[in-house]
Amino acid sequence: MPTLANYLIASGLLFAIGLGGVMLRRSIIIIFMGLEMMLNAANLSLVAFSRYGLVGGHQNYDAQVLVFFIITVAAAEVAVGLAIIVSLYRARQTTHVEDLDSLKF
Amino acid sequence: MLQVAFWFFASLMVLFGTCVVLLRNPVSCAMCLVMSFISLAALFVTLDANFIGIIQVLVYAGAVMVLFLFIIMLLDLRTEKSRRLNFGATVGGVLVIVGFLSIMTQVILANPAFAKTLPPLAGNQVSDVKLVGMTLFHSFGLPFEVVGVLLLSATVGVIVLSRKSLR
Amino acid sequence: MHLSTIAWITLVVPLVAAALIVLVTRTSKPFAAGLAILSALITFVGGWTLFVSGASGDFLGFNWIDFGDAFSIPFGLALDPLSRTMLVVVTTIAPIVFIYSLGYMKDEEGYWRYFAGLALFLFSMLGIVLADNLVMMFIFWELVGVSSYILIGHYFHKDSAADAAKQAFLVNRIGDFGFMLGILLFWVSTGSFKFSALNDSAGMFAQHPTLLGVACVLIFCGTVGKSAQFPLHVWLPNSMEGPTPVSSLLHAATMVAAGVYLLARIFPILSVSPEASEVVAVTGAITALGAGILATQQDDIKGILAYSTISQLGYMVAGAGLAVSAALPMFHLFTHAFFKCLLFLTAGSVILGMHHEQNIWKMGGLKNKMPITFLTYCCGMLALSGCYFFSGHYSKDLIMACSWEHHRAVFWMLVVAAGLTPFYMTRQALVVFFGNPRSEHAKHAHESPLVMLVPLILLAIPAVIAGYPFVEHAFFHEIGSLAEPEIPHFIEIIFGAAFFLGIGAAALIYRKVGEKDPIRIPAFENRFYIDDFYFWIVRRIQGGFARLCSFLDRWFIDGILVRGSATVVWTLGFALRFLQVGNLQAYAFFFGAGVVGLIYLLIHVR
Repeated sequence: MPTLANYLIASGLLFAIGLGGVMLRRSIIIIFMGLEMMLNAANLSLVAFSRYGLVGGHQNYDAQVLVFFIITVAAAEVAVGLAIIVSLYRARQTTHVEDLDSLKF
Repeated sequence: MLQVAFWFFASLMVLFGTCVVLLRNPVSCAMCLVMSFISLAALFVTLDANFIGIIQVLVYAGAVMVLFLFIIMLLDLRTEKSRRLNFGATVGGVLVIVGFLSIMTQVILANPAFAKTLPPLAGNQVSDVKLVGMTLFHSFGLPFEVVGVLLLSATVGVIVLSRKSLR
Repeated sequence: MHLSTIAWITLVVPLVAAALIVLVTRTSKPFAAGLAILSALITFVGGWTLFVSGASGDFLGFNWIDFGDAFSIPFGLALDPLSRTMLVVVTTIAPIVFIYSLGYMKDEEGYWRYFAGLALFLFSMLGIVLADNLVMMFIFWELVGVSSYILIGHYFHKDSAADAAKQAFLVNRIGDFGFMLGILLFWVSTGSFKFSALNDSAGMFAQHPTLLGVACVLIFCGTVGKSAQFPLHVWLPNSMEGPTPVSSLLHAATMVAAGVYLLARIFPILSVSPEASEVVAVTGAITALGAGILATQQDDIKGILAYSTISQLGYMVAGAGLAVSAALPMFHLFTHAFFKCLLFLTAGSVILGMHHEQNIWKMGGLKNKMPITFLTYCCGMLALSGCYFFSGHYSKDLIMACSWEHHRAVFWMLVVAAGLTPFYMTRQALVVFFGNPRSEHAKHAHESPLVMLVPLILLAIPAVIAGYPFVEHAFFHEIGSLAEPEIPHFIEIIFGAAFFLGIGAAALIYRKVGEKDPIRIPAFENRFYIDDFYFWIVRRIQGGFARLCSFLDRWFIDGILVRGSATVVWTLGFALRFLQVGNLQAYAFFFGAGVVGLIYLLIHVR
């Protein structure tokens, strides 16, 4: 039987991979995908706690409602973020992160 | 049974996640991410969160990743040309990841409360969807409406941002 | 009408007049003068009414600062025998001088300024006389200083006048610093500022002689400044730069007497402290003698009178230090006010007749050309010298008798000063009024107009009779006893001898004198070089100190504290700027590293 620790370590791994994607990849789209992975890792954590922390015989549904909201907000965020990337691409003709460095001191 | 399912889908998820970070072709990355999301949805179902699992497939794998693919095709991204690796940044990134993982495992393994196995649910279960819906509309009515407004503003924002000329 | 109302009206009317003159009557000369004179006459009526009524009492106006029992400064008027007598002095002399000014200042500019200043001065002086507590007196003390500044600097176009006004005010401030400390000491020990509370606690003070001595000497510092005692006497001769009526009113009769009035007010506790009384008496004697010596070599007609004033103030202060009651110095103040004011006004008459020439060696033979001035001058001069049957004789005699009883050194100093006084006054009289005219102005001098002569005559009367027993009884018997238990008769003889010696010596030397002074003693002429000494102190010591402060201010406070802290902040900002590399992943790295670090700290650092 999987323990809570198992689920949490899985979630943590997923989060670490997403973080690695953000820090190590140079293409904006891939970085964005890493962000989505991090959000999903958080969702997994929440659902695990919901299942293992029973309230009166039921799962703790507050966590699941929170996951619902996170998914919604993430979807909205992806839409807007990709629109921004499109405008950025139209302005700079590149999606390579290291080319976007004009906000320097 | 549950053990097998967990290990199978968890390893699948981590494997495809790693592929997302390592592959060069953006479309391949997107497809791997889709697979990762589907495995995640399976994990949700093993946790008896049926509604969330379905929503994960519908929204994430179905809508968000399709959007990603559309954008990749719009921008006509090719395989990334491998540039010279920035050694300092890479090392820094790896260090951060390793540090995070070590702290996390340490915390999780040290806490005895996390070692419990799946507690049984009470019988006479109403369907999961219904319960989620009741919680949502009983206790979280206002956030629900606010999220609606959020989606509206996101829609408007996307339309404004993707206009050809900024007036 | 209620007495308190009369008292308040007497106090406030000159202030109202001054305000009106400044605000309304700038262009109309007669109106300005009329307002001032009217206010002076109202105070004259009020003052005499209060004196005749013989009432005593405290009239509380309002509580200016009131923190309950812990600290409160009331504003109130106190009527007692002392203030009533002083009130008579001030309110009698003031209208006379005001009317005299009509004639003296007729052709001068700044007419309204002058009369406004005089009215302000009258208000402030009445405030000092009527104040019932130390802080209120101090406030009016400063106001008197301000009016003095305004009036001395009346001819402010002249550098010497402007400097003299400044010097007067600043030297007074030095004395006032000590005065303020004395007030604070008294408040700390008795908890009240009122004179009545202070004088009632004489018994308590007797057990703390050091505290009492120090506090009294500190308050005496105020007198040293205001009444031009040594070493703060330097401003009075320079204050002669002001118009002559100002010199007569302020710097002869009333303002400089305020210092003596202060000593009389705190007399009950001053007399309990032998050390303080000693300091007071010796200072007064030194001043009397020193100023008398310096007066013998002055060439300015007002300068002689100025040093004479300082000398007589020394007499009063010495009397305050030695007397049994406050009546002794007040008696000499009383007589001195009248004859010194008269002397200054006659000097003003002479100056006007000589077309503002003030050097006595340009005058001469004026007794025929200005007979009334000469006669009144003689009254004043004889009174000042202590001639029998004139007012000054009685008051000076009593002071000398008192000093014989208590302090022989002071006595001999006062005797020498008493001999010098007739000497320099006779010198002045002989050079100015007798002999042949020494310049064109002197040849064509003429008598002053009636508006100036009537005040002279009016003042000559009290100059003669103010010392007589009936006057003395009327004004002073309530204040205290003037009689000494035993006065050896040879005091009278010594006094008389000094008087005749002084006149004789001056007559001998100056009888047939030519264009310049046969005796020239540079040390006396240069005022014992005290002015130069003060100038050196200010330049070297204060200047050096100022340079040190400037260094501290510029390099330490400005440089290190103000600009240094700004520089530190700027440097920090400059260093932190380099974190803005513009690279997205660098920012992500910083973020991630920060979060991991935070979590580590949260978990492991307990």
